Parts: sequence; structure tokens; C-alpha cells
Amino acid sequence: MSVAARPTTASPATPTRESWPLMRGAPTDAALTDHLLAPLWRASRVWWLLFGLSTLGTLLLLGTVTYTVLVGIGTWGNNIPVAWAFAITNFVWWIGIGHAGTFISAFLLLLNQHWRGSINRVAEAMTIFALVNAALFPVLHLGRPWFFYWLIPYPATMNVWPNFKSARPWDVAAVTTYFTVSLLFWYLGLVPDLASARDRAPTRRRRLAYGVFAMGWRGSGFQWERYRIAYVLLAALATPLVISVHSVVSLDFSIAQLPGWHSTIFPPYFVVGAIYSGLAMVLLLLLPLRRAFRLHDIVTEAHLDAIAKLMLAMGLMLTYSYVIETFMAWYSANTAERYTYLTSRPFGPYAVAYWIMTVLNVVSPQLFWWRRLRTNTVVLFLASAGILVGMWMERFIIIVTSLNRDFLTSSWHIYIPSWVDWSILAGSLGLFGFLFLLFVRFVPSVAISEVKSLRIELANSPARSGHA
Amino acid sequence: MRDRTWSAGAYLAEFSSPAELKSAVRELSTRGYTGLETYSPVPVECGIRRSYSPLPVVVFLAGLFGGIASYAIQWYANAYAYPLDIGGRPPHAVPAFIIPTFEGTVLCAAIAAFIGFFVVTRLPQPWHPVFEIDGFERATVDRYWLAVDASDRRGAPDLTIRELRALSPLRIVHLEAES
Repeated sequence: MSVAARPTTASPATPTRESWPLMRGAPTDAALTDHLLAPLWRASRVWWLLFGLSTLGTLLLLGTVTYTVLVGIGTWGNNIPVAWAFAITNFVWWIGIGHAGTFISAFLLLLNQHWRGSINRVAEAMTIFALVNAALFPVLHLGRPWFFYWLIPYPATMNVWPNFKSARPWDVAAVTTYFTVSLLFWYLGLVPDLASARDRAPTRRRRLAYGVFAMGWRGSGFQWERYRIAYVLLAALATPLVISVHSVVSLDFSIAQLPGWHSTIFPPYFVVGAIYSGLAMVLLLLLPLRRAFRLHDIVTEAHLDAIAKLMLAMGLMLTYSYVIETFMAWYSANTAERYTYLTSRPFGPYAVAYWIMTVLNVVSPQLFWWRRLRTNTVVLFLASAGILVGMWMERFIIIVTSLNRDFLTSSWHIYIPSWVDWSILAGSLGLFGFLFLLFVRFVPSVAISEVKSLRIELANSPARSGHA
Repeated sequence: MRDRTWSAGAYLAEFSSPAELKSAVRELSTRGYTGLETYSPVPVECGIRRSYSPLPVVVFLAGLFGGIASYAIQWYANAYAYPLDIGGRPPHAVPAFIIPTFEGTVLCAAIAAFIGFFVVTRLPQPWHPVFEIDGFERATVDRYWLAVDASDRRGAPDLTIRELRALSPLRIVHLEAES
């Protein structure tokens, strides 16, 4: 039993600490373009299967939304005092998911992070589809969704104007701006790739269709120069939105007096949580896509490693927020605050959701301290799914536990979601999948011109050799 | 230079790499050519002198307009046209108006950047002389093209062709002037 008999830690089998390349292999530009455009020309059986499933989900959403509009939101489980429940939980969750797209495409562009180029298209598409889902919920929650335009300031014959001291018009301003800017940024980024698709299209009809959307792009030096200026301008305009949108959403809560909502940490806490859940959704979509479209040479371990590190950082900041808001509740010495944070949430009727949230959001990112786990696709996939569930639970806890037991015990009430609540949530996942599947089928899901630029840049600078 | 001003036609040369395109532009520029334009699947910085883009100024002004307009709408709605006393808060509530003002600024600036890009590049443009060239489709895939305006001050067609040929491109194409 001598210690010397054990293998030494510095054996040659130990993986070395060198970093991964941002790109592998040396395909020709034509081969690379064709590889990245291939999903546009034919659909696999798996795609049709998933598309069928997501269509069913979308139909479920359509059916339950129609039912809600016809009958009213009494079909949902929420009632006074829990007036906000699934609808607002879903709204905050979806809009949070949207944040990673802008974070990756705009924030990281301005920070000159080369690895964003291979994944930004997927992240931007995810943002747009998440926002489509998010916008649905507050509109339905209005009760009379056909009057949603009353939130927009326009000279009406009634002479009534929206009240801008309320958080609701802020949400309208923040979400419409975010959606519009994300869509414009996404489309501008697409133009050169749509031109590639036009020029590689196998049939005349497709050539015409992509040609219309490519708007006659011919890649002249003048166009490229103006394009880069416009792209960077849009990125610079989108970057403050990464911070502002979820800050505005958090103000819906923090300007109220309710224990569990009335807190100054909310804006940064919400932004961190948003980027966290968004990165999880990016991985959840990217990992199967990478496998299905054989993108291993373009989305390498370097990308997975970078996203996992970001998730770890966001997870730690979120944990800090959980700790601080609980500490502040205790430190305030306010009976209602202390009750909400120290009794109702961890031990009250929704304690299960609270502990699911804590375990999934606080513990699962800790896996990413290990380099090997940061590039293990199974671990990444499961952790991302877990974080998405955890983040949904977080919004549920913030909304429902604060409302269902506030200052007066006489107004306490238990909230139970109805089947319509669950169906709309499931249906919105279906709609998200539906839109995303259409995206990967008809739009180049990797920014081809950016990847080609990166390849040329890496070839010309062997010193950097593309390490992240 | 802008490639929509070829009144006398143009000569185009096809290259297979950005490095060849760059050195070709450098070579012709030192010989005094001014009417040069490139076509590439990725942005290639060739040092062709261009006018300043008006876009940054336009975007700034649009943002300024968006901010002022958003604030003015809120002031008009809540402080002037329809003041509501809710909890004794002032009708002209500056802190509450900050958020829509910020959003209006970003929204107008972003829309201006997007539309402005298509205006300054004159897109959408369904047809352009270069689309007539067989094989020009590869300019968005893996080929790098150089165009020389036939009315360039170095003028003489055979000289241009000779000097282009000296750069050993894959091929040279002559686009006739539009009649």
C-alpha cells in the first residue's frame, strides 16, 4: 500500500490545457457554403416529425387562445388576489429567453468576440420567436385583447390617453422596440446570406424567392462598407436593449408595494436571470442543430465552453441576487417581508416550486466549473433544460407567492392553474418549435459570410490560430 | 466609386482569393485608376477611397427626433390633454416618462439605420449589369471580382485589358455600355 504505486497526476493521458480552435478543417469556400445551405434544399424525416409535433402544439395554442377569447380569462386559474399567474410568468420567461440573442449578436459584436459569428443567427432567431410568444400573454391577460390598441397613444375620439405613469405602457414601449430592433438587426444580417442562397438555389422558383429577399445584394465593396456601418450602428442601438428590456419588465413588479416585489435589486436581478435562461435556450437549440446539420467543425468545443462559462457567471450572479433579496427581507425587519421570504416561499404552499428553482438555478451551473463538463453535450443539454425549468419556477415564485399571501391574512388565497393555463403554456412551446423549425428549413441558420470571414482571418493569422 | 455610374461599360476580372483581389486593387490604384469596384462574398478591405457614409448622422438625428417626440407625446397625453390624479402624483412625471423616451429614441434610430442602409446602397435593385455575367453568382460564394469603369481616365481599352491580364486573373469580362 505504498503511495508511490498510484499513478502520478501528470500522466500523458491527462488532457492538455490547450484551447480549442474556433473552426476545424479547411473546406473550400464553395464546400462550406453548400454545407451550410444544404438544409434549405431538402428536409429530413426527423424534421418532418418534429414539424408535425410542433404543428400540433401550435394548434393547441390556437384552440385554447380562441377558447380564452370567446369565454374570457375566467377559464384561467387566476383570480383576486392572484390576478397575475401563468400569463405573466410565461411572459417574463419568454421575454427573458429572448435576451440571449441580442446579448450574443450585439453585445459580443461590440466586444469583438469572434466566436459569436457561428451562433449569432440561431440566437437572433430564437429571440424573435421568444418575443412573439411573450407578446401574446400580456395581450390575452388584458381580458379584452381586441382593445389592446388602447395602450398605444393615438388621438382617439374618446379623448382618452394612456397613463404613462403606469408600468403597462412602459412594457408596450419596451417590447415593441425590442421586437422591431431585433427583427431589423436579424434581417440586415441575413441579406448577404440570402444572396448566397439565391446564387446557389437549385430551382428557378427558389432562386426567385431568395432573390426577392436578398434585394439585389451583389457584394460590392461599396455595399459591404455601408453594410458594416449600418450593422455596427444597429448593434450599438440593440446593446442597451439587452439591459433595458428586462429592467423595464422588472419595474412592473418593483414599483409595487408588495412584499417579494418591492425591491431595488430587481432590474439587475432580472437582466441576469434573462441572459441566463436565454443562454440555456441557445444551447438547447444549438446542440441538436449541431448534430443534425453536422456543424461540429463550425460550432466547436470552444463555443460550447464559452457559453457554459457565461452561464456559470450568470448563475453565480443570480445566486447572489437570491441571497441578497432574502437577506434584505430579513434585514428590513418588516413582518410581511420576512414572512414572504423566510416562511411563505421556502415552507408555504408553493415550497416545491421554490426548491426546484433553487436547486436547478443555483446548483446546476456549478457543474460548469469543470472544463470537461463544459464541453460534454449531454451535461450541457440536461443542465440547460434544468435551468429553463428553474427559471420558469423563479418567475412563478416571484409572481404567485407574493400575491397569494400578502399583508392581510383575510385575503390569502391559493392559486391553482386550470387546464387552459397548462395548455397555453404547452402550446406556446409548440409555436416556438414551429417557428424555429421553419427558420432552420428556409433561412441559413449559420451566418455564412461571417464564418467565411472568420476562416480567412484565421488562415491569415497563424499566431492566433483561432483560439477563443 | 459607385458601380451604378458605368456609362461607358466596364471591364471585370475574376480572382479566387481575397489576397489576389487586394493586390490587384493596389496595383491598379498605383497606376492611377480611380474607377475601381470590388465584388466579394465577404468584406475585403482594399483601400478604395469612398465618400463618408451619411448614415451615422442620420441615425443620430432620428434618435434625437424619437426621444423628443416620445417625451412630447407623454407630456401632451398626461400633463396637458388628459391629466389624471392618481395617488397625488404630478401629471408631468419626469422619472416615469424616461422609459418610453429611451425606447422611442432607440426605435427611431434603429428604423433610420435600417431604412437608411437600403437608401444609401440603392437597394432593393432587382437588376444590375454584373448579373448578366455568366458565373457571377460565385461572387457571393467563393470568387472575388474586380471591376474597372471603362470611362476611367486611363481610358484606352486595350491598355486596361493588358494591365488586367498582367494581374493573372481567372478570366476577364467586358461589359458593353448600355445603349
